[in-house]
Amino acid sequence: MFNATGVVIEIAQALLGLAVAPLLVGLIGWVKARLQNRRGAPIWQPYAELRKLLGKEMVVSSNASWIFRTAPYVVFGSTVVVSLLVPVLITPLPFNQVADLFALVYLLLLGTFALALGGLDPGSAFGGMGSSREMTIAALSEPAIALAILSLALGAGSTNLGEMAARTIANPTVALSPGHILAFAALFIVMLAETGRLPVDNPATHLELTMIHEAMILEYSGPHLALVEWASWLKLTVFLTLAANLFVPWGLATSLSPAALAIAFVTTVAKLVVLAVLLAIVETRVAKLRLFRVPELLAVSFVLGLLAVTSSFSLSASSRHSGPESPSTTGAGGAPSALSPEGEYQQPARRLEGLR
Amino acid sequence: MIAAFLGPLFWMMVAGYSITAAGLIMPTPRFVRAVTSVGTVVGGVAGLALACIVLWTDASLTLAAPAILAVAGGWAFHLDRLGALFLALISGVAIPVGIYAASYTASYEGRSSTRWMAFNFGAFLLSMSLVTAAANAVTFLLCWELMALSSFFLVVTEHDREESVRAGVWYLAMTHAGLLALLAAFFLLGAGGSIATGWSFAAMRGAAPLLPSSTRNAIFLLTLLGFGSKAGMVPFHVWLPRAHPAAPSHVSALMSAVMVKLGIYGLLRVGLDLLGGGPSWWGTLIIVLGAASALTGVLYALVSDDLKRLLAYSTVENIGLVLLGVGAGFLFLSLSQPEAAMLAMAAALLHVINHAAFKGTLFLSAGSIVHATGTRDMNLLGGLVTRTPWTVAAFLVGAMSIAALPPLNGFVSEWLLFQSFLPGVASSRAAIAGLLTLGVGALALTGGLAAATFVKAFGISCLAIPRSNEAAHAHESPLSMRVGMLAMAASCPLLALATIPTLSTITGALAGLGGLAWTAPQFHVGVTLRTPNGMATMSPVVVAVALAAALACTWIVMRLVARRTVRIGDTWGCGRIGQTPRMEYTSTAFAEPLRRVFDQLYRPNEDMAVGVVHPESPYYIQSVTYKTTIHPWFQRVLYDPLVRGIERMAAWTRRLQSGSVNAYLGYIVFVLVVLLVWVIGF
Repeated sequence: MFNATGVVIEIAQALLGLAVAPLLVGLIGWVKARLQNRRGAPIWQPYAELRKLLGKEMVVSSNASWIFRTAPYVVFGSTVVVSLLVPVLITPLPFNQVADLFALVYLLLLGTFALALGGLDPGSAFGGMGSSREMTIAALSEPAIALAILSLALGAGSTNLGEMAARTIANPTVALSPGHILAFAALFIVMLAETGRLPVDNPATHLELTMIHEAMILEYSGPHLALVEWASWLKLTVFLTLAANLFVPWGLATSLSPAALAIAFVTTVAKLVVLAVLLAIVETRVAKLRLFRVPELLAVSFVLGLLAVTSSFSLSASSRHSGPESPSTTGAGGAPSALSPEGEYQQPARRLEGLR
Repeated sequence: MIAAFLGPLFWMMVAGYSITAAGLIMPTPRFVRAVTSVGTVVGGVAGLALACIVLWTDASLTLAAPAILAVAGGWAFHLDRLGALFLALISGVAIPVGIYAASYTASYEGRSSTRWMAFNFGAFLLSMSLVTAAANAVTFLLCWELMALSSFFLVVTEHDREESVRAGVWYLAMTHAGLLALLAAFFLLGAGGSIATGWSFAAMRGAAPLLPSSTRNAIFLLTLLGFGSKAGMVPFHVWLPRAHPAAPSHVSALMSAVMVKLGIYGLLRVGLDLLGGGPSWWGTLIIVLGAASALTGVLYALVSDDLKRLLAYSTVENIGLVLLGVGAGFLFLSLSQPEAAMLAMAAALLHVINHAAFKGTLFLSAGSIVHATGTRDMNLLGGLVTRTPWTVAAFLVGAMSIAALPPLNGFVSEWLLFQSFLPGVASSRAAIAGLLTLGVGALALTGGLAAATFVKAFGISCLAIPRSNEAAHAHESPLSMRVGMLAMAASCPLLALATIPTLSTITGALAGLGGLAWTAPQFHVGVTLRTPNGMATMSPVVVAVALAAALACTWIVMRLVARRTVRIGDTWGCGRIGQTPRMEYTSTAFAEPLRRVFDQLYRPNEDMAVGVVHPESPYYIQSVTYKTTIHPWFQRVLYDPLVRGIERMAAWTRRLQSGSVNAYLGYIVFVLVVLLVWVIGF
């Protein structure tokens, strides 16, 4: 499908993602408000925020250099490129040949890297703190992502998103295999960390010592902030679409017929709404973890990824012929005891985290 | 026909580096710098041309001077494709470094002998180039030793500083421990014949399959020790974080970008070419050591406050990544999966080349920063982005490449390393799949931590407000330094765009080694990179184009849609007016969360002293002093006892040296008697 139609559909799909991202965030906020017995802002509130920010003047620190001014564009641009990769309505896409899931992870890292530099550039303590913490979490979530990808690739025989989705469509029972479900769990935890949602980071907080992403972008204002915010919403949308269409690709169109596209649209929207509501419920139910408990959460995700690989490996091995023993790596190290169900309440942050 | 150029090019390369070395007898420092630069560039260009001809045609260079050192088989050179690949690497890095050195070495005038430095620089480049062409063990070892000695003298350029001398001693000790291991390995390899005939690589290649497996294993372990200590493999990497910061920056660039890679060359030459691979535990051992090097390197890089030490530890990390690929290659070879082995080895060698490009860039720009500010301590830097814009631009390109960010070259080789592990997990025994899975985890964690490390390195040393007077008065470097640095930086995106031709050159160089005939092209020559077993495709070129297009579109749309008025204001300081550097995050502070996560590994010494206004009242704090040091555990566990043992032994042997002439005469008489008895007795 490496043709003009494919490319047009691809770009249209990415623009659709860009247009829908604020709505999705608005929906999550609205559901959260309802769950907390508040009326909440209307679900199109994020659009109003974008419009407001684009019309404001920018206040830029006198210490900031071109790095600070370029970073929002890099974040936004790289996230848009990522959104080209994710199957929203139709699979496989022309762009799937160009980059796979590992490349997707590194493209997202490009945005994180740029924004972390943008946080350091004005020289404020908040920016440095945010950058430092954001990079900590990004670094520690990498192994879990890699293992989740590995486990999916073992099932699908490829790390290209199009082929992964296509194989799950061709063989729908794969979606219910333990390896698939464990990988989904691992990736869901990583998604919470990467997109700065509770219990890792609270997107609504502006309490100086607990914020991560918000601290990093504290100096941004006006159109710069609009780009950064929109990019982070798009990132969330990309992750949710990925979760929806990689793990449960049912309904995704494999041909260009209008009926198939209509079905794909309806199913994708339905899946996204379900995931958004799920995210809102999770965010209402859990408290934010202390920063130094986050590595434990990510370790859990890593162990889930390891279990996913083990189970995919033993399944694919047993399906090959006489199944050899599954690797004994799962019992080692971080047994999944770290995640206490009640979580840990957010410390009122009176103590300086940097000092002992 | 083109083969006729090989000999002249070889001699031109030798002549070029000899011109560099002739700096020793130049009358004035200006001449010294001129010949250093011109000689290096001539030698580098000739070496690059020579290597390219060997890589891209069927020609190979053979030169021999059997009369010199005839007892050991004479001097013999044979440049094949594997050697040519590394020669291309050396020469390619030498050219920008030579340009850079033209004005960089000026800062050493009056402090150290620049003549002696030029001589050693030429000898260093020449010996490295000759190592790649050596065709028998004696030539190889002699060049290897010359390389070690000349680089030692370069490391101790500032020999009036104790730190440099200590670094030099560590380097000398480690490299000679490695040399001993290599000597033993070659003795075992050449045991089939006399030194004159059996020590040529061709003879060794022929005799290796006949050796008993215990000898082969011993040879492998000895070469791993010898070449690993040169490459900076954990636990033999201790010299690297000492020697790289101590050496002048153009030398550190060469050592880190090129010299340590010769350890990888040696491992491939002996392990793959001469021995032809081995049992699966060889590969497993290399993978384990590679993962250990990668993680150790990046974790210590993360907490380094010294810019050049950070880069040195990051070299340990990258050697670890290369070893992961090489180890996977050996492993797949032992499992008779030549395609997967080729992929892994090619990924490793691609990373060797890419690492040379970005680490060269980083060391040259770090040298420029040191040149501009006089300090390597990141906690004293900052604000360079407006003061030294070119240096910072080069540093940024290097930092983004090494953090494996698309669309630069580090991303491509790390992607390929990931891909080379996948087929192994999919089609192997459970134990091997488990090992490779953990390898993927280590690779990913290393990548993430490297990104954090280089956000710190770049963000803290180049951005925000200067943290010291020196940084505030930093000045941009002279033209030749800028040219060298930026040429090196430009190679990073170019190598990413030229991934496919680079890879086919690498596979061409590897084909046929280890007794396996890999003749079929392993990578489709086109825009898209497809791994041989069809697990994945990726196109570095299209990713770069897509990123550029997305950036351009965003910029245009923002120009049209958004309001463009900008007000310059203060950084938000919670209402406090007037920002000082003391409010900024420091290098130590940036790494603190990760340092706490890996507390068990670092085991830092921490010391906090609170000064109060009056001893009776602890509430009025006047000053808080916080000190923290990290003493690497391998130093404590492995090397401190070793050094103590050696010192004890040295103290014991010192008793022989009483200083009394009578005693020495006594020794001579004693030895004479023993010799006489021996002669008469036998």
